[in-house]
Amino acid sequence: MSGKDDTMFEEISDAWELVVGLEVHTELKTTTKLFCGCSNQFGSEPNTNICPVCLGLPGSLPVLNRHAVELSIRVGLALNCTVQASLFHRKNYFYPDMPKDYQISQYDLPLNIRGHLVLPSGHRVGIERAHMEEDTGKSSHLGGSGRISSASASLIDYNRSGVPLVEIVSAPDIHTPEQAREYVSELRSVLVAVGASDGKMEEGSLRVDANVSVRPRGSTELRTRCEIKNLNSLRSLGRAIAHEANRHIALYESGESPTQQTRFWDESGQVTGALRTKEEANDYRYFPEPDLVPLAPSQEWIQSIRDTLPELPQQRREWVMDLCGEATTNDRIETAISDELYPFLVATLRSGLSPQRVVARTSNELAAELPLPNYFSTERFVEICSLEERGELTPTQVKTLLTEATHDDAPISELIARLGLVAISADSLAEIVNSVIEESPAEWTRFVEGEQQLRGFLVGKIMKASKGKADGKVVGEMLVERVSAAKKVG
Amino acid sequence: MTADPSIFEVARAVQDGSQACLPTVEAILATIAAREPEIRAFLFHDPEQVLREAQAIDDRARAGDVVGPLAGVTVALKDNLTTEETPTTCASKILEHWVPPYSATVVERLRAAGAIVIGKTNLDEFAMGSSTENSAFQVTKNPLDTTRVPGGSSGGSAAAVAARFAHVALGSDTGGSIRQPAALCGVVGFKPTYGLVSRYGLIAFASSLDQIGPFGRSVEDAGALFEIIAGHDSRDSTSLDRPAPQVLDRKDRGVEGLRVGVVADLVNFCSPDVVRRCREAADGLARAGALVEEVSVPATTLGLSAYYIIAPAEASSNLARFDGVRFGLREEGADMTETYVKTRSAGFGAEVKRRIMLGTYALSAGYYEAYYGKAQRVRTLIIRAFDEIYRRFDLLLCPTSPTTAFRTGDKANDPMAMYLNDVCTIPSSLAGHPAMSVPFGEGDDGLPVGVQLLGPALSDPLLFQAAFVLQEMANEHKRLSAARLDRTDRGGDV
Amino acid sequence: MALKITRDEVAHVAFLARLLIDPSEIDQYAEQLSSVLEHAADIEALELNDVEPTFRPIPLENVLREDVVTVSLPRDTVLSQAPETAQNMFLVPKILSEAP
Ligand SMILES: [Mg+2]
Ligand SMILES: [Zn+2]
Repeated sequence: MSGKDDTMFEEISDAWELVVGLEVHTELKTTTKLFCGCSNQFGSEPNTNICPVCLGLPGSLPVLNRHAVELSIRVGLALNCTVQASLFHRKNYFYPDMPKDYQISQYDLPLNIRGHLVLPSGHRVGIERAHMEEDTGKSSHLGGSGRISSASASLIDYNRSGVPLVEIVSAPDIHTPEQAREYVSELRSVLVAVGASDGKMEEGSLRVDANVSVRPRGSTELRTRCEIKNLNSLRSLGRAIAHEANRHIALYESGESPTQQTRFWDESGQVTGALRTKEEANDYRYFPEPDLVPLAPSQEWIQSIRDTLPELPQQRREWVMDLCGEATTNDRIETAISDELYPFLVATLRSGLSPQRVVARTSNELAAELPLPNYFSTERFVEICSLEERGELTPTQVKTLLTEATHDDAPISELIARLGLVAISADSLAEIVNSVIEESPAEWTRFVEGEQQLRGFLVGKIMKASKGKADGKVVGEMLVERVSAAKKVG
Repeated sequence: MTADPSIFEVARAVQDGSQACLPTVEAILATIAAREPEIRAFLFHDPEQVLREAQAIDDRARAGDVVGPLAGVTVALKDNLTTEETPTTCASKILEHWVPPYSATVVERLRAAGAIVIGKTNLDEFAMGSSTENSAFQVTKNPLDTTRVPGGSSGGSAAAVAARFAHVALGSDTGGSIRQPAALCGVVGFKPTYGLVSRYGLIAFASSLDQIGPFGRSVEDAGALFEIIAGHDSRDSTSLDRPAPQVLDRKDRGVEGLRVGVVADLVNFCSPDVVRRCREAADGLARAGALVEEVSVPATTLGLSAYYIIAPAEASSNLARFDGVRFGLREEGADMTETYVKTRSAGFGAEVKRRIMLGTYALSAGYYEAYYGKAQRVRTLIIRAFDEIYRRFDLLLCPTSPTTAFRTGDKANDPMAMYLNDVCTIPSSLAGHPAMSVPFGEGDDGLPVGVQLLGPALSDPLLFQAAFVLQEMANEHKRLSAARLDRTDRGGDV
Repeated sequence: MALKITRDEVAHVAFLARLLIDPSEIDQYAEQLSSVLEHAADIEALELNDVEPTFRPIPLENVLREDVVTVSLPRDTVLSQAPETAQNMFLVPKILSEAP
């Protein structure tokens, strides 16, 4: 997918190290907005979820949503942050999607500070802060290409105005486009796991800005960075970072330097472009929001939230890895610990079944049947996996049975009987092996003489003749016996 | 002097049918019709609507319905309080035709209590001023002398009460905007402890200072109105979660043993006739048994500078939303930026622009610490100085305004001279403390003087307790001088 | 005497506040604003670094509301107050730059 861009960066980056910090805005899954009781629902008719407060009408006042605070603390705790007494400030700037012409946001005293996130690859990214703020309304642009620069006028829908956001600011600890994607993907899993966000990048509930710079490898300096705004997919994120890094390197290598600026990712041209040509110095005139009071969560409140935190992806991952050892691939584990599959994995692992086998069944066969029907309980999955573990079903039969058991709520025993899924007896298997050898004398001779490539051919024929009831492993053992017998005779 | 029934008595008479509300309201409307063309207290006044409401209240009372503790009481509202379906302008062109889709909490409470809103009153635009000359629409005159200002910014409300256009009125006080016009118009004006009255629906000037409060022709009326509007409101995060204080039951408690300090530092800013009245009030309290002593609270003199940084800074942000996008005036430009600039330049008056500029500057990069940060630290100093002094005193006394009502136009072109009017009222605003202006005699020009009672946070009932005594003494004083001069008392007839 | 706030600063502040100050008025603004700042010299002179600022007069903490839906405004009411609308949205002139 985006491998090409990464390679492009890797190829020319012997001398340069990429330095990326990400700012991720996530909309919180509350029922109402941050400071008023309007519904926080995506996709409502324009300007239907608005009131004096979120429309910034004169005389209206904000009151903080307790649930939004709780979710923000959950995010902070899940990211290993310290939760501290915090303050809301006003960030003043004129913009039509901002009803009060200031945004209520946390400034020098954010709710969550100094955390970290460990990525599946083991790389650790520092979290500088995760603070609360309100979202803006949404503008759409009339005329031209729909981009703001060519529009003749704009339309504003304030439904999103005042929706609670947490802005998560990472340390500049990210050094490849792949790591950036991995970070956002892992962060998304964490946000979904703690119930803070629905994680839908395509609906804008997760929005990413990337601060990109490069430096000579081995150096620890931080050079001029550019901020690429609003990367709304993992794919654009990787590509935009790679492109921007290359742009910086090219500038440095031609004796120039990049200028600090805000840029955007042009999806059609696959390049970044300067967002503000006429760069005006922003002066946000932050000051403490006098209409709100300080937020100082008690230790008891924080602890009670900590007590209800679910198991996070990293905890799942560590547990499964410990059980499986080196034998299982990361990809399989990532699939098996996903929210939909994880309960099934846990149930089978808790029943004492072989970890490698159940990780494989969960991440391959069961994953292929998603979404699972309600009647497909974890008990049902444990029953099927146990049959395989006891040698009563072959892997092929398990696959057939799983497909059936996720489409038909009949008891497993009934499904087995209906499908005729009985492991073949040793005698019948021996007969089949004999007939296959007789049918293919030339191949058999070459196999006995050591042509190992023919093994697959023979096993395949045997499996086919057994109608999938034979266990591949047993067939393999049987062939070994026959070869040594043939050699003795020969 | 006042044979007037208190507003609770008015409501009781309406409820029990002994005095219907319609005739009272008709008399008030007649007074308005006669004098309003000269006074110009109202920005919105609809006699038909008022009559309909009065009739409805009488009908309900006759039917035996409970019509509320303010049934038939007429209230004038400063036009920076939102009223659903009635224009609310803040005396600004930028809001000229705005009809809010919601009412302020205090307005809802008044209506629930059966009060009749007689009209919306004039103010200095966005409450920025001390004379009600900064209104975009009209200049309100002092009913006691129409060549004089009524004070401000709640000048329309003060004038309405003084001119008997309403039983009582609501204003808002940021740095003295209730107390100073009350003093200049010879009525009672009270700024409650910050947080006792909900600000929801008060169009903000400076959020950390703004507080809604009552005007009355008597301490009783101001107290009754306060008891109705005060109390926790979950729509205002700065609202104190406690019941409305009871103040009327303080009426006959006297001041025996109360320790009262007269703030010398503030007295020094005032004209001799005003100072004299203040000393008489202090002497009077002493005669009534209070322990009165002159005190110095030097930090209070820093209030003016701190206030004229903090209030404009908050205002610069509060007034950003007047941008021509969602409501109010729009002056269309070629693009959004030009539209902002044209709209705001056309919509705001000179004083509002001046304060927005000042506040923007005080918050801007490089100046925040020197001005805004510094001013908020001074605020701490003032609060500490008060804390210290309130260990030794229960209440403080000083003049409300340095002078009696000045002539219209006299200070209009000198912002700093105008700002100095607020020197005595600002300290308690910065501290969030309650303060009340009580009429106490006249100046050399025959115009009313107000003396100001200050107390620590939540001492509101105690202020009323002392105010009842001051009111009694002022009335007594008036009766005596009236008898002496053998003429009718001039305050009673207006 | 030098003004506390210069003409250039007046112009800059006016832009931040989205106000247009007529060139003929700039001097007057500079003078008036300077005189207020001049008056503030009494507090400028104070050494207050160890005094905490007071942003709200009456200290409160953790004022929160429950996450319960309340009635929103009728769209027609809201749109009827807007200077200009289209497609049930607020219509504004061309915006020159992306949000900061
Ligand atoms: Mg932000
Ligand atoms: Zn709302």
